Amino acid sequence: VGLKRSQRSVLLHYAGGAELRSRQELSFVGVIDTSRLVVDDGEAKLFRVHRSSMTSPEIFELERARVFDRCWLYLGHDSEIPEPGDFQRRTLNGRSIMFLRSDDGEVRAFHNTCPHRGAIVCRRDSGNQRVFQCFYHAWTFDSRGKLTGMPAKEGYDDTGFDRAERGLTHVAHLDSYRGFWFLSFAPETVSLRDYLAGAAEVIDLIVDQSPSGELRIAHGTHKYSSRANWKLLAENSVDGYHGVPTHQTYLDYLTKAGGLRVDEGEGKKLGAGRAYSLGNGHAVIEYWAPWGRPVARWVPQMGEEIRPEIEANRRALDERHGPDRGERIAEFNRNLVIFPNLVINDIMAVTIRTFHPLAPDMMEISAWALAPAEEGGDRLRTRLHNFLEFLGPGGLATPDDVEALESCQIGFAAGGQEWNDISRGLGREPMDNDELQMRTYWRQWHACIEERELTDWSDRPGVGVFPSEAVVTG
Amino acid sequence: MSDTTLATVTDRMLMRLRVEEFIVEEAAILDEWRLDDWLELFTEDASYVVPTTDLASGDPTHNLTLIDDDYLRLTWRVNRLKSRHAHREFPWSRTRRQITNVRVLEVSGDEVRAEAAVVVHRFRHGHRDSFIGLYRFRLVDAGESFKIRHRRAELDMERLSPNGALSMVF
Repeated sequence: VGLKRSQRSVLLHYAGGAELRSRQELSFVGVIDTSRLVVDDGEAKLFRVHRSSMTSPEIFELERARVFDRCWLYLGHDSEIPEPGDFQRRTLNGRSIMFLRSDDGEVRAFHNTCPHRGAIVCRRDSGNQRVFQCFYHAWTFDSRGKLTGMPAKEGYDDTGFDRAERGLTHVAHLDSYRGFWFLSFAPETVSLRDYLAGAAEVIDLIVDQSPSGELRIAHGTHKYSSRANWKLLAENSVDGYHGVPTHQTYLDYLTKAGGLRVDEGEGKKLGAGRAYSLGNGHAVIEYWAPWGRPVARWVPQMGEEIRPEIEANRRALDERHGPDRGERIAEFNRNLVIFPNLVINDIMAVTIRTFHPLAPDMMEISAWALAPAEEGGDRLRTRLHNFLEFLGPGGLATPDDVEALESCQIGFAAGGQEWNDISRGLGREPMDNDELQMRTYWRQWHACIEERELTDWSDRPGVGVFPSEAVVTG
Repeated sequence: MSDTTLATVTDRMLMRLRVEEFIVEEAAILDEWRLDDWLELFTEDASYVVPTTDLASGDPTHNLTLIDDDYLRLTWRVNRLKSRHAHREFPWSRTRRQITNVRVLEVSGDEVRAEAAVVVHRFRHGHRDSFIGLYRFRLVDAGESFKIRHRRAELDMERLSPNGALSMVF
């Protein structure tokens, strides 16, 4: 009562067993100690995250301001707006954004609000328009955002009213890397390339599967949700530990449908996966695929008809990139998380997944399928089947991930235990089923919340450094 | 629909009633989680498609859909839902399917094209979620009853939220 929001946005909780006080009590206390939200004890080889990080409305408000309004956020892919006038409407951190290709071919992004009185200017999710007109008072904007028309304009005194300043509002920063467009709402920020750090090399490995160096998003979006904290999906998307217990029905299917193939001499690759810290909280697990990869790893399930084409593609990859990188692109999976809310999983098929919280215990998720731009016909269909068998809200695996996250959120409310344990692999060179990738992510999250700078996100200097050249075989 | 003789009107009504009876029976089978019986309703060349919420016209040959099952994948969907490891549906959710607005669009040879509006109410973990949409069937007239050759289920919602997943059959 009587406290300002900034004072309320402070949370009191402690490591060491003190019970979390009720939220009402907290708002009276008005003291914040975010320093113990993440406990990173290298000596004891323990890493814990306080569960209020996933449940507290106050921390959620801090995240909106200190994470989502400061980081680079994924906006969309080049291939979603190929022609001048093409647009996509996206919502990032609760903000409606127009992502479009202007008539001059440049990609631009605007806050979707009329500079006059606020109504949204773009009222469809996608399409092609050269002109955007606000329906409320009919102010009209061209695809570069310039105000080009307004009814009865003689009513405006031009002493202080400058039409040139009344165009659509650009987002603070917009940039792309190899077809992936990002924005930042922060007035000042590092360049996108610096922000991506080592994640750029992983994106290279994914994009280089295409002969033209271009990927394309198939039409159709998986738009779904989970009644869970948004960070749980970042963890889950790069979690190699949950695969076997959570996705047993999928693995059963693969086994019996001819979807797995381990040739002689390949067995040793199976246990050789690793986790890597890529800088700025980004992380990847990279591990050999016993299953098919539509790009260049055939399995019997795909059928004999398509086999020659896929095997030819494998040889072409070797020719283009050399046998080491060719093998890496063709046969290795990469689950990549780019802090804070982008996942690119190059697993069987390739998916882009981004998610935004609506509340501490609710997020909305959008996911797409990526394919080499030149891929079509049966190759593309094989890829889409491969995608759908595992991925998406109707797949044989993703529904169980949604269930797992929601189950955790219900479990947090059960109380009694204040901490999540994320220590797995802290004492060794981290494997793909360890938790280095999550620690990396949480360290960055904690630094953002605390407004600190970090220079090393790994467990110890030199651990989990991504190998740029060498192939990670056993 | 210019032919309004009593015989043709009666034929049309009878066909609609037969189709409606079949679709309502399918709904009952699914609400009772009789999954093997459900699988029996399909022909072996059957397909089951659910397009995404943003592309109702989605073509699974080159668009991303939510579900694109042939008979084999459908069998695995059923196997999975019968398993205790389909975590989103173990234990099974309670569902109630409501079928309305049944229309027979075309009868040609042994094949009947029909549509129906559907609402699936799903209850689990204290939540109630509704899945609302349109079924498009291609049914094979097998005399006594029908078999499903193609089942396309289009969601009307803009996003699967707060539903989260299509874990039961929609």
